[in-house]
Amino acid sequence: MTAAIASRSAGPRRIRWADMGPFIALAVVVLVGVMINSSFLSGTNIANVVTRSAFVAIIAVGATFVISSGGLDLSVGSMMAFVTGIMILAMNRLEPSMGGYAIVAGAGVGLVVGALCGLLNGLIVTVGKIEPFIATLGTMGIFRALITWMSDGGSIPIERSLREPYRPVYFGNLLGIPVPVILTLIVVLVGAFVLYRTKYGRRCMAAGSNADVARFSGVSVAKVRTMAFVIQGLCVAIAAICYIPRLGAATPTTGQLWELQVITAVVIGGTALRGGKARVWGTVAGALILEVIANLMVLSNMVSEYLVAAVQGVIIILAMLAHRFIK
Amino acid sequence: MTTITRRALGLVTAASFTALAATGALAQEKRIIAVSIPAATHGWTGGVVYHAEQAEKEIEAAFPNIDVIVKTSPSATAQVSALEDLAAAQKLDALVILPFTSEELTGPVEQVKAAGTFIAVVDRGLTDPAIQDLYVAGDNLAVGANTAKWLAEKLGNEGKVVVLRGIPTVIDDERIQGFTEVIKGTNIEILDIQYANWNQDEAFTLMQDYLAKYPQIDAVWANDDDMLLGVLEAVKESGRTEIRYALGGNGMKDVIELVMAGDPVTPISTPYPPSMIKSAIYMVAGQFTGQAPMRGSFKLDAPLITPENAEQFYFPDSPF
Repeated sequence: MTAAIASRSAGPRRIRWADMGPFIALAVVVLVGVMINSSFLSGTNIANVVTRSAFVAIIAVGATFVISSGGLDLSVGSMMAFVTGIMILAMNRLEPSMGGYAIVAGAGVGLVVGALCGLLNGLIVTVGKIEPFIATLGTMGIFRALITWMSDGGSIPIERSLREPYRPVYFGNLLGIPVPVILTLIVVLVGAFVLYRTKYGRRCMAAGSNADVARFSGVSVAKVRTMAFVIQGLCVAIAAICYIPRLGAATPTTGQLWELQVITAVVIGGTALRGGKARVWGTVAGALILEVIANLMVLSNMVSEYLVAAVQGVIIILAMLAHRFIK
Repeated sequence: MTTITRRALGLVTAASFTALAATGALAQEKRIIAVSIPAATHGWTGGVVYHAEQAEKEIEAAFPNIDVIVKTSPSATAQVSALEDLAAAQKLDALVILPFTSEELTGPVEQVKAAGTFIAVVDRGLTDPAIQDLYVAGDNLAVGANTAKWLAEKLGNEGKVVVLRGIPTVIDDERIQGFTEVIKGTNIEILDIQYANWNQDEAFTLMQDYLAKYPQIDAVWANDDDMLLGVLEAVKESGRTEIRYALGGNGMKDVIELVMAGDPVTPISTPYPPSMIKSAIYMVAGQFTGQAPMRGSFKLDAPLITPENAEQFYFPDSPF
């Protein structure tokens, strides 16, 4: 370990083996995948798996901020459905006057609504001084009910004329890389920069590791935490932007239980659930691990369909244990 | 409104109207029909809520002596509470209930029955069928079996199919059973059956995985129209052309539109119509207005929806 640190001392950041845990776990899962089914490594399969992990990965980057600053957001799945619904309604409304540009305008509306939803969560937690778990449990129900109400329990489809021009945002490629993957990379790079290189990032960690100490050193813990929820809201909106073209509709089941996947991805990635420690790249590895496991469960013929969820649970726990023992 | 429901119950309704006019029932005291259904949490239940509310409006307009109270609940526990509240607030002449789960609701419904209320059960049955006066349901076995028969004929009893399951429930088991039993009698191979939980997103993901796993798929049965939409999107994106048929079931209006347009991949569907709640409410109304005794079991057929008859199953104003 010392050797590793020494050899990288010139680098911008020290590499610690404990941080490699999620990547090692990902490598193991992928290796198992190759052994189980030869079509696992096919270009299409890999592209599918990586592309669809984009939603959870992007939202989980936001969750890394919230969790490392000492918060928790259970509302992200419902918020995602709500923001998706608002965006589609906005796009449909703007389409007659703006044509294809309605997509861009709708995306803008989505970002604003996402940020506001995050701000609402943040203010309830910091100004209202309500436990994040309870505050976001409340908004989780609110957002889910709103999307159900907006859709009458059915679905809110996007105008047919917008489907074709919007499709590339999920199904398109740029230099051979799927667009959602590029979006994820941008979000992660920006997230990593903010967390590791800015004053805000350090304050985030300080607020999460010990709020009192942070306060004494002049950090406005409330501001930092509220901001983390706003970042989370923005990430949800970005995920929604690349989610809409996938199926072209928002329904009451959109994003259901994603909050659990997001939290799992963040924790597998090495971020401490009690705050104070953030690993953005690990979060992405965590999101990929979840998606690859689900993919493998379908590709393999070994497990009864009734037991798939149990195997997934076992693998997640094993990944966490491995992570712990590598430390 | 020329729905199949209305046609099936046309006689009852006509009889009721005549009876109403003849006896001057307007002066009668109000009869209360309580309707307890799951809240609109996904497409199908969204349809149930829509049809229940339509029935409420239509019946109250047609029969001033009937008061229909529709109550939705987001869970089995909430539904039990809703029943208690309904029964406590007034004397219920009838209860039309689509139970969340059979086991949990049986006791509470029995309590309501004990007060002399007429009980109509819809879709999912109670554990003790003796409690119900009337039972209205779709035929899940037929949903699977009729689709399988059509598919086997079209594929010439040869080929490879994949199946998507809903949520582990009796309804899902019956559909799968109906489907697989028919397929067993052919040379068609079912490559895979996995859960996608009646969720469009999960169906999209599962279909992508099926496509990666199997180089040759002749047909897909999604067992539900919500899931079918996810399947169609995944197939479209993959660019695979060997898939001749992708079928669902349930009567979602987007899918009925496909059938009406003569879509080559989805030329048929099978109904498991959420409007069955409306059938039940109308039947109960007939009980109170037309002296048309309504007792026993009423099983809706699951005939194939084809371009020729699709219009009867198409409700453009319904959210589902």
